[in-house]
Amino acid sequence: MTDLTSLTIAEAREGLASKSFTARELTDAHLAAIEAARVLNAYVLETPDRAREMAKAADEKIAKGEGGPLAGIPLGIKDLFATRDIRTTACSKILGNFIPPYESTVTSQLWRDGAVLLGKLNNDEFAMGSSNETSCFGPVTNPWRREGSNTTLVPGGSSGGSASAVAASLCMGATATDTGGSIRQPAAFTATVGIKPTYGRCSRWGIVAFASSLDQAGPIARTTRDAAILMRSMAGHDPKDTTSVDIAVPDYEAAIGKSVKGMKIGIPKEYRLDGMPAEIEKLWSEGAQWLKAAGAELVEVSLPHTKYALPAYYIVAPAEASSNLARYDGVRYGLREPGKNVIEMYENTRADGFGDEVRRRVLIGTYVLSAGYYDAYYLRAQKVRTLIKKDFEDCFAKGVSAILTPATPSAAFGIGEKGGADPVEMYLNDIFTVTVNMAGLPGIAVPAGKDTQGLPLGLQLIGRPFDEETLFSLGEVIEQAAGRFTAPKWW
Amino acid sequence: MSVDATTVRRIAHLARIAVSDAEVPHLQGELNAMLAFVEQLSEVNIDGVEPMTSVTPMEMKKRADVVNDGEIADAIVRNAPDTVNDFFLVPKVVE
Repeated sequence: MTDLTSLTIAEAREGLASKSFTARELTDAHLAAIEAARVLNAYVLETPDRAREMAKAADEKIAKGEGGPLAGIPLGIKDLFATRDIRTTACSKILGNFIPPYESTVTSQLWRDGAVLLGKLNNDEFAMGSSNETSCFGPVTNPWRREGSNTTLVPGGSSGGSASAVAASLCMGATATDTGGSIRQPAAFTATVGIKPTYGRCSRWGIVAFASSLDQAGPIARTTRDAAILMRSMAGHDPKDTTSVDIAVPDYEAAIGKSVKGMKIGIPKEYRLDGMPAEIEKLWSEGAQWLKAAGAELVEVSLPHTKYALPAYYIVAPAEASSNLARYDGVRYGLREPGKNVIEMYENTRADGFGDEVRRRVLIGTYVLSAGYYDAYYLRAQKVRTLIKKDFEDCFAKGVSAILTPATPSAAFGIGEKGGADPVEMYLNDIFTVTVNMAGLPGIAVPAGKDTQGLPLGLQLIGRPFDEETLFSLGEVIEQAAGRFTAPKWW
Repeated sequence: MSVDATTVRRIAHLARIAVSDAEVPHLQGELNAMLAFVEQLSEVNIDGVEPMTSVTPMEMKKRADVVNDGEIADAIVRNAPDTVNDFFLVPKVVE
């Protein structure tokens, strides 16, 4: 029998339907793979008992012909999603041993459709980071290495555990979240497919909040088709999240293989940065040629406010974070550090419970919202955000179906290599992805090639609001042209 | 704009995060690096531009003003560091 962990979700779905193997066997194969790959630190909690129980239930349903769209498919869940009776920490010391008495809407929909929970995946603390190095459980290792090198590389972040686990076949797909690039950047670093849907597509209920106007959940998978399959189960209106949109969820998988003939693809000139590595430039034009060969038309477009997206993000996101994270005060859940009075207790709890990056962002967020600075920083940033969104609207109004850009300015880097002296160095990782969050648009990262050191690189496609289907169709064209990339197993 | 040591302490207190004197210079440097980075926004012409309040133009749904959950005090206090009966316990706040 072939190694069950190497299958795609689409292949596993067939194998389960044709009784080539059981959900229990599929789950057991993944549990064994997880155990053998603990060196990657992708999982912060393994839930083998729950997994076997859920797999057994899936087998029973499949036998009765009642299996849902994800029946028996083993998944990993980013530790930002609340899972009922299963520890959820956002990889922060301040949440400690928090056991949610409720289930996030997105994960509850996955279980409704028959998926199996393998465990909780590592991420940057409160999803703040681009390398998964800020997790209180320690960094995640990327299964990819430079050719002929043993240097440990980061998988990107904040969904580093999700990307690493999917790339190393420690789950068939994973949930992730994206506030400034946290799905697409790690997907690009690990040769996986990651999509951040349109803001409002997925419910945020039960997901630990970072920046509420930017946060969206989405899947990371090994193929565009698998991402489409997962997306359909994750998306949908939820009365518990007033920002979730009440429109029908399409069958995203039907978009896979659909012709892209005649589509206008925008190539934004502002994404051609000074000093951009030649291999990124090359990959980008190669991707454009693949789309052209499939019948799409390439047009140069202009998004003039692109360079202001990242600085505006570093006002808006920390401001919202400082407000959202005010709830961690040592009273209702999580860590408590004693103090002489209640204020000191808050201050000691938060000093001890938050890591450096989170503390930095809460402080800057507090500052830009404080009296006398609100107009100069926060209000100005929100106005710039309006301009960023208008750039995209102007572009789409000219008939552009999607925009093609590089996903990241570089391939994966080493642990401890970036951001040590200046936090901004790390923030620049999100330069191509953050515009999409600021405008609330959908964006997909698809593996497209390798750099000269053998590390994966990805391309990003940005779509119109609620037109994830076009992204899946175009992503599939790139996947067919570029092929799939699997990290050689060394662990 | 940049922050001085006094401002760093004031922000930290507003954010309810204890910061030791030894940490202040380091934090000041990091915060100023971030402020220097966002400074470029001042060159954008924002005359007559409305601040964004929602990325998706949609009317917020309202729900009926009815009780739809409750009687779950046990579940609510289960994760608390310190409780008495169904109450959260904190250091004395009223002298």
